[in-house]
Amino acid sequence: MYETSYHRAGSVADASALMAKAEDGKFLSGGQTLIPTMKQRLAAPTDLIDLRNIDEMKGISDEGGSITIGAATTHSDVATSDIVKSRIPGLATLAAGIGDPAVRHMGTIGGSIANNDPAADYPSALVALGATVKTNKRSLSAEEFFTGMFETALEEDEIVTSVSFPVPEKSAYAKYPNPASRYAMAGVFVVKTGDGGVRVAVTGAGQDGVFRMGEMENALAGTWSPDAVAGISVDAGGLLSDIHGSSEYRANLVTVMAKRAVAAAG
Amino acid sequence: MGVEGIGARALRKEDKRFITGKGRYTDDMVLPRMTYAAFVRSPHAHAKVVSIDASAALDMPGVEAVLTGEQLVGDGIGNLICGWMIHSKDGSPMNMGAWRALEPEIVRFVGQAVAVVIADTQGQARDAADAVVVEYDELPAVVDSIAAMGDGAPQLHPEAPNNLIYDWDIGDEAATNAAFENAAHVTRMDIHNNRLVPNPMEPRAAVADYDTAEEHFTLYTTSQNPHVARLVLSAFYNVAPENKLRVIAPDVGGGFGSKIFIYPEEIVALWASKRVGRPVKWVSDRTEAFLTDAHGRDHHSTAELALDADNKITGFRVKTVANLGAYMSLFSSSVPTYLYATLLSGQYDIPAIHANVKAVYTNTTPVDAYRGAGRPEATFLVERMMETAAREVGLSPAEFRRKNFVRSFPHQTPVIMCYDAGDYDATLDAALKAIDYDGFPARKSEAASRGKLRGMGLSCYIEACGIAPSAAVGSLGAGVGLWESAEVRVNPIGSIEVLTGSHSHGQGHETTFAQLISERFGVDTDTVSIVHGDTDKVQFGMGTYGSRSGAVGMSAIVKALDKVEAKAKKIAAHLMEAAEGDIQIEGGELKVAGTDKKLTFTEVALAAYTAHNLPEGMEPGLKEGAFYDPTNFTFPAGTYACEVEIDPETGKTEIVNFVAADDFGKVINPMIVEGQVHGGLTQGIGQALLENAAYDESGQLLTGSYMDYTMPRADDVPSYQLLTTETICPGNPLGMKGCGEAGAIGSPPAVINAITDAINNNDLSMPATPERVWMASRAGLQQAAE
Repeated sequence: MYETSYHRAGSVADASALMAKAEDGKFLSGGQTLIPTMKQRLAAPTDLIDLRNIDEMKGISDEGGSITIGAATTHSDVATSDIVKSRIPGLATLAAGIGDPAVRHMGTIGGSIANNDPAADYPSALVALGATVKTNKRSLSAEEFFTGMFETALEEDEIVTSVSFPVPEKSAYAKYPNPASRYAMAGVFVVKTGDGGVRVAVTGAGQDGVFRMGEMENALAGTWSPDAVAGISVDAGGLLSDIHGSSEYRANLVTVMAKRAVAAAG
Repeated sequence: MGVEGIGARALRKEDKRFITGKGRYTDDMVLPRMTYAAFVRSPHAHAKVVSIDASAALDMPGVEAVLTGEQLVGDGIGNLICGWMIHSKDGSPMNMGAWRALEPEIVRFVGQAVAVVIADTQGQARDAADAVVVEYDELPAVVDSIAAMGDGAPQLHPEAPNNLIYDWDIGDEAATNAAFENAAHVTRMDIHNNRLVPNPMEPRAAVADYDTAEEHFTLYTTSQNPHVARLVLSAFYNVAPENKLRVIAPDVGGGFGSKIFIYPEEIVALWASKRVGRPVKWVSDRTEAFLTDAHGRDHHSTAELALDADNKITGFRVKTVANLGAYMSLFSSSVPTYLYATLLSGQYDIPAIHANVKAVYTNTTPVDAYRGAGRPEATFLVERMMETAAREVGLSPAEFRRKNFVRSFPHQTPVIMCYDAGDYDATLDAALKAIDYDGFPARKSEAASRGKLRGMGLSCYIEACGIAPSAAVGSLGAGVGLWESAEVRVNPIGSIEVLTGSHSHGQGHETTFAQLISERFGVDTDTVSIVHGDTDKVQFGMGTYGSRSGAVGMSAIVKALDKVEAKAKKIAAHLMEAAEGDIQIEGGELKVAGTDKKLTFTEVALAAYTAHNLPEGMEPGLKEGAFYDPTNFTFPAGTYACEVEIDPETGKTEIVNFVAADDFGKVINPMIVEGQVHGGLTQGIGQALLENAAYDESGQLLTGSYMDYTMPRADDVPSYQLLTTETICPGNPLGMKGCGEAGAIGSPPAVINAITDAINNNDLSMPATPERVWMASRAGLQQAAE
């Protein structure tokens, strides 16, 4: 790792001020990707501004029709939250399956979505649940927020402060992990909303990151059952292909995981 | 700990320090005025080194020196050697290219070092290494061994036309061909044995300290064989004569073979320490470990098995291409020859075997011994062929094996080995019973009702451990002898130090070796210390690899104990005025048989050192040494049975049951043996299902971190059922065979045989990743439908 200066921000305003002063600063919010990248000397920010201890960015609140999760909330806190477990069980399952216990106790939801790794779990939940991402500057829908592989709508000095999730009628997440990294090779988040709407979002498989499966959404809107999606084949064209799995294999996994997610949602 | 002899499940004496973080590893060594080394490594798989500009690096803070290959060669540091000479079938010696510890002219694999930066801190050294500007002229690269032999392939070394290192034969070709001409059935397969990265928990490291006044070097390093390291560093790399070079291998965190070899980094650390006049530390990071630790396996083979009308094997014909990487590592040449083709007879009575092995250079990391070293490759070939042949002729795989087992001993195979003892029916029976082989069809049906594909696979492995005798391996080309030495020092008040040339890097020698003394003299294991890993303490030794420490290392201790016991008895007889033949050792005491006269072991030891009253002419003291050179290899063998369930939707393999029935001969500490088997099985299952060192066409390692290289984790492996049977090895005094590699040798074919059984498709390569199994199972379902 190259030399860097570490700053612990006490507030969102403090973090913004520290970033303004930094020559080539980076926000740090768990560091589960950034720190390994720096250790491999592939990134060399002059300053790290740690957002993880900002009180106003932590915690989970139930607001009736939605729940809001502070951006600095760890995966472990989301996974074990009674609010999340009872209101959006699919989201709790997703958080409980991210990385390993050490990752879940360090990594945060804000850090994860700001990085937008195409194999990260959270993007599928945000898109499928129709979440709103709040930053220190504005609010964005999940689909506006995620713009491509490792790309988001965030500006250099913009900080994700919280994410709000509308509470659905049903939700579930099923993923097939990469055997080595245990990131998602295909992760499918399915949602049925109170008004009968259905959303299916896929992570891990797409070349441009998270995407929705319109054909599966239509089929499930007609009949909410695993069989409704079991026969839907996914176009391998836009999918990732690497030493762990061809796009054809990932396409198969999307269908299988969608089926299993619907079954899990009940 | 108490008196814990042979067969006791004694808890490991070394674990207190390991578990409490008190182990002393090479990276824990901190010397005054120490500097740190960082290597400048090639990003290209094949390139000319045009220029190296260190000027910017030399101006950076804390930088003491930037050293290059030109200086290294100029200082007379020798090229790296390969310590086992193989001759091609035409009688010519192997074609070996020059390997320099820092390469001044042409780099041949990604990660090869061209320069080293020495600086005050590790960070400074690494920053400066990034600032060394190396201009390369890229050359075309080749990574696949078969492609490397082809027309127009990039050439690595002028000494090796067509990248061919040797073209070696074993066995009777004419007799084997005749068997095929008369065969009732022939089974043919093309088999790839996947390349692996060893991944010991502790990466390699070296701390080199040159004393300018004494002109003496001390090297702390992660070695499985510090004496061999000293020998090679002195004799071939011209670092210093043996009396001016001390090599210490302190606690070492795993090796699996990869720490047998002397690598460029240790040589450079020593040389640089003399150059800068300060101690130099180098610690590999995980990326360097992936790129520079010698890899394992990587064979492409074609195998053919000839059967007669009664399904007895009449001939076995094998052609193998072994990828040795860009350079010949220390024992690389022996792995695909004498450690591989000599095991092609398996547990079977095969009248004719012929194997041809071509070893080739490619632009990849050098390949050398890795847990099992040649024997896993042989076992995979033999046991995949046995299972496949059984399926083809419609026999139960168990019965087909049984029909062909060797049953009388000694058994001379057509490929050098003479099996001394074994009972292959016993391990097969034990494994079949434990896994409920007969109940498998019912379990398969039940799994099918849940949408799962269930399969059963067997592997009846044999391996050869404790490579020996020295004269025999010398005649086959080995540059070293493969004996072991030991010294037993009984101190004046009865505590005992055992100095051994074996080296523990996880095997638990401090416990098992102490159990041997405890058994022999009836003393508490706490009164026994095992000393190893320091060339200034132990006179000489060959180290630990090839499952040799029990069969060879402990045999040397037994010989030394014999001498100690004989002397102690003489002293006791003299003191108690009894006949020497009447002295018995029991419970820590020397007794006169049939009387109540006795002396404690401590009293006899003290008498030996006070020397007030010794038999006439006897030298004082109670310390004896011995060298032990075995008369033969040892032949551990067993049957592994693996039962899997495949999820046909994802291709995910779950190992639902795994039985290992091993015959290791005499077992000293069953708990430690079980630990060795657990680790070996897990590595073997890793090879079968998960691990693969993959290169792209340009020679970049695609699996250079744990994000892409799949190491087995706890949830990838089942809870193993371990059983042992025992036939005593007649070749050594304890009857031991060795257990360190069996798990890794025997398990891969069991796993692949089980999967191919489950999916009804025999065309499946390792690692059987979910994607591969999914593809193969779809093809298998299609075949079944047709």
